Amino acid sequence: MNDLYAWSAIALIILASTTGDVLLSYSMKRVGDVGELWQQRGIMAVLARVLTTPTFALGLMAMAVAFYSLLFGLSWGNLSLVVPASASLTFVANAVAARIFLHERVGRRRWIAALLVAAGVALMAI
Amino acid sequence: MTFRKYLVLAGITIFSTAGDSLLARGMKEFGGVNVSLHNLPSLLLAILNPWVTAGILLLLAFFTCYISALSWADLTYVLPATSLAYVLVALIGHFRLHEVISPTRWLGIMLIAAGVGFVAAGPSVTPTRHRESSPDVAEMES
Repeated sequence: MNDLYAWSAIALIILASTTGDVLLSYSMKRVGDVGELWQQRGIMAVLARVLTTPTFALGLMAMAVAFYSLLFGLSWGNLSLVVPASASLTFVANAVAARIFLHERVGRRRWIAALLVAAGVALMAI
Repeated sequence: MTFRKYLVLAGITIFSTAGDSLLARGMKEFGGVNVSLHNLPSLLLAILNPWVTAGILLLLAFFTCYISALSWADLTYVLPATSLAYVLVALIGHFRLHEVISPTRWLGIMLIAAGVGFVAAGPSVTPTRHRESSPDVAEMES
C-alpha cells in the first residue's frame, strides 16, 4: 500500500515539476533575452516584465506543488526510491514535454543526452 | 553562445550545489526536529540560522541564473547543465570530505558528464519565426 502511495507521489512530482519547467521556459522565451533587455532598459524593466508574465506565476506554483509532493513522497517512500525515480524520470518527461509544448527541436543528440543523464542520476542516487 | 552565457550556466551548477549543501548543513545544525506543517514556528526559526539564510540566498541566485538561461536557451539545453550539480556534489564529497564513491556512482558521474557533453556540443536554442534572429540561431542553422 505504501508503495502505491510512494509511486503516486513520484508521478505527481514528475507531472508538477515538468509542468513548472515548461511554464517557466515558455514565460522566459516570451520575456526575451534578459541580458539584452537589461543592457537596453535596465534591471527594473527585466523584473517588471518577468513578474507581469502570468504563466511565470503559474510555473512557480507548479514548482511549489512539486516541492510539497516531494516532501509527502519522502514521508511515504524511501529516499533511495523517491529521489532517483522522480529526478531521472523528470528528465525524460521534460524532453517529451519540451518537444510537444515548446516545439523545441529535440534531435537525436538531446534524446541520447536526456537518457544518459536520467540513467546517470538514477545510478548516483542508488 | 557567448562566454557570459557559459558563466550563467556555470552559475546554475555552482549556486545550486552550494545552496543545497549550506541548507543541508544548516538544517542538521538546527537539530533533528521533525520539520512539518505541524511545527511551523520552528520552521520559521530555521530561517534565522546563518547557514540556512546563506543557503536560501544562494538558491535565489541559482533560480535567477536558471530563468535567465531559459530566456535565451532551450529547456532541453539548460536541464542537463543543472544535472552537473549532482556530479559536483559527489566530487566535492570525494576530494574535500574524503567520502568513498562506489563504482556505481562513478558510472553515474560518467553518464551525466557524457550526456552534458552531448548537449553542450549541439545548438543551444531552436530558431523560431517569432523571435528575432540572434547569433545563436545562425549557429544552429549552420
